This record gives sequence, C-alpha cells and structure tokens, in this order.
Amino acid sequence: MRFSDFVCFDAIVAGLEAEDRDGVILELAGALGRAGALGSGKPDEIARAVIKREEEASTGMGKGVAVPHVKTSAVKEAVAAIGCCGGGIDFSSLDKQPVYTVILLLSPIGNADAHLQVMECIFRNLQNEDFRRFLRQAQTVEQIKETIMEADADASAN
Amino acid sequence: MGFENKDHVKLTEPVYEIEVEIKNAEGLHMRPAMQFVDLAGQFDSDIHVSHEEQSVDAKSIMQMTMLAATCGTKLCIKAQGADAAEAIEALRELVEVKMFDEAPG
Repeated sequence: MRFSDFVCFDAIVAGLEAEDRDGVILELAGALGRAGALGSGKPDEIARAVIKREEEASTGMGKGVAVPHVKTSAVKEAVAAIGCCGGGIDFSSLDKQPVYTVILLLSPIGNADAHLQVMECIFRNLQNEDFRRFLRQAQTVEQIKETIMEADADASAN
Repeated sequence: MGFENKDHVKLTEPVYEIEVEIKNAEGLHMRPAMQFVDLAGQFDSDIHVSHEEQSVDAKSIMQMTMLAATCGTKLCIKAQGADAAEAIEALRELVEVKMFDEAPG
C-alpha cells in the first residue's frame, strides 16, 4: 500500500484555517467532500463520527502527528485528507505535544485488512523523522504532494 | 572478553518467547494496538513483537500499528527481563483470550 493509493490529492490543505481539533476534522472532511471523495456522505456527519471516535481515544500518537479515522459507508475504498498547520493544534496527544500534521482517514465498512494496510503505510513513513519534518515544514500543497510522492518512490525502490 | 560486554547483565536475565494468533476480526488496528502497548508498558522487561522479517518495540504505539496484523496473523512476542514470564502470559491472554474485547474473526 502506498500513499497514492488512498490520499485524495485534491484534499490536501497546506495551511489549516481551523485552530482546534474538531475544527480541523471538519475542515478536512469538507475538503474531501469538495473533492468529490464522499459520494452521498455528508462532511459534517462524517466529521461528527470521527470526533466521536477521537473522544474515545486520541489518535495523536505523538511526534506532532494525528491520524483521526473512522469507518463509514460513504466510501468504498480508503481515502485520506492531509492537513498541515504551522501553529500546532491540541489533539490531546499521548505525548501532550501539539500536532502539526493531521491525516484524516476514512475506511470502508467490511474491509478490515485494507484499513490495516493503510495504517501500516502511514505509520511506517511517520517513523521517518525526515518525512515528519518535511510535512511539518511544508508551506504549499505542492510541497506536501512532493513529500508523499517521494515516500512512495522510496517504498518502491526498497 | 565477556566481562567487558555491556550487555553482560542483560544476558543473565530470563528470555521468554511465544507465538500468538490475532483472533479478532478487525485485526490489530489502532485501539487494540494501544491496549497492547499499555499492557506491555506495565512490565519492566524489554518486549519485542515480530511478524516475518519485521520486529518492533511492543511499547511503541507507532511501531505496533506498523505491524498491520490482520485476523489470523501469527506474531512472535519476545520478552527479556525479570518479569518476562508474567509479561508474555498477560499479553497472550490479551491477544488470544480477551481478543482485545472485540468480536472474533
């Protein structure tokens, strides 16, 4: 599994406008909606489901990254939006540090294995300090795209 | 020169290893991975989990999520330290008996 298999390139936000967790989730769900990635699913309903999941346990895994996610019938294949925020957002992360990169992941219902493969791809790359730094420092959508495409190319090379 | 080996003390600590099978339908997604990491963190032993070529730190949520262990996957848990035996048994119970409080596959 590679980023290009599930990242919606039209739902990459370089400078998030929202300044809190719920606002960021809503903003990224809206970006997926505008990109046509949600079918008949409504961004605000999906955002509410993601927030509910986030209330159960934070997906802020530390190191400035959060991966809020939910399973929804709105998608047939896993799809993700990526948002970056230079100022940092409180995500109640495990390490209590602010989050600078948010990957909103929507997975279909009934394909647990594909969801796990997407998570593997995300966290394999998030282990890489350079990858995290590039995402954190990205100022434009193009820079974010380049970062994830390079990660995909590196995965193919190995 | 064994006495110069920095790992000398560690080498005398017990090592326990066990194979467990993921039995819940959804596999080792983030919530079960967090349960696993929380439990592993309660022990002083060094604990690693491996699947095929990949070996990760059982106390790191990022690394555990990377395993992408689906239902039916067999994982090897290896613990080294004074409480290694207890750690292995507790983790086995979480994976195979409690199945992370989820539905079986």
